[in-house]
Amino acid sequence: MKSCSTARRALGPLALLAVLAMRAASITAAPAAGATRDGDALRGARLYDSRCTGCHALDSNRVGPLHRGVFGRRAGGVAGYAYSPALANAGLTWNAATLDRWLSNPQALLPGQRMNLRVKDAQDRADIIAFLRQVSRESAE
Amino acid sequence: MKTLPTSQPELALPDRRLFLGGLGKATLSATAVALIVGCESLAANQDKQMAANSAQDVGILNVALGLEHEAIGAYQLGAESGLLQKPVLDVAVLFQSQHKEHRDALTGAIMKMGGTPVAAKPLGDYAAALKADTLKSQADVLMLAAKLERGAANAYLGVIPSFEDPGLAQVSGRLAADETMHWTVLAQALGQALPSKALSFGA
Repeated sequence: MKSCSTARRALGPLALLAVLAMRAASITAAPAAGATRDGDALRGARLYDSRCTGCHALDSNRVGPLHRGVFGRRAGGVAGYAYSPALANAGLTWNAATLDRWLSNPQALLPGQRMNLRVKDAQDRADIIAFLRQVSRESAE
Repeated sequence: MKTLPTSQPELALPDRRLFLGGLGKATLSATAVALIVGCESLAANQDKQMAANSAQDVGILNVALGLEHEAIGAYQLGAESGLLQKPVLDVAVLFQSQHKEHRDALTGAIMKMGGTPVAAKPLGDYAAALKADTLKSQADVLMLAAKLERGAANAYLGVIPSFEDPGLAQVSGRLAADETMHWTVLAQALGQALPSKALSFGA
């Protein structure tokens, strides 16, 4: 029979894997309030211009990474941008749900991130997400 | 959409004396920065949670420092483009100098909090990211500067809720005020309309 300490050592890595799996599932599931709303891409473009272009651009890396093609992109996936370890190792893909949670509270979603700017209003988030989805579709065509 | 005339526009600048004479040159001294960031209290009681909060604040400050580096680079590109004429060039140099003050204050705060300040990128990187090769007139340069200033003001306002230290949140507000002042001057020089609604920044 295995000793308690042996069993604990064996369970340790398994427990860690279970925690990581649960965390990955929680990141991709459970959309926040804005993810299920219909977004207005035109309004989102104006919000993007006023709220996001301080640090981001669609087609070049600045203080923040470029955003064209963000929909469906792996977090931390833009070449040439120096991501925080939190983003580089996030293990998630940007979609409406993850973007909504990110914009709502980046630190809550990925502790140690560096963006920190929150979009408090759910409709604002939905509109920005609609715009980002639109420009991602356009770049894919 | 209103388009700019292809000839050099007549820029409407307020009296230059108002620009350069009446403005104070308040600089955040190292002592003021230390007090603002509450470093004295941090030093006195550095527990684990405080260290984590401090690390997050350092991260936010480093993003702000990155913005300041970009602004300094943008104004440098504008000045070197040969497109800016006096007195507009003087205003651009003044605004760049204020961004350098921001940079120095942020660098000092980050170091006092035990962080490593992010370095500026080569000027060529900013030129590429900001598409400096598309700037063909003084108005183009001012429009880029105005866009960056408005973006910076909104960014500083946007991160205020994320600061753990309220002193740093206030500093972020002060930085936003400077950027808003810059944007207002540039927008007026370009003949752009002021916002018709209140609370247009940080919205």
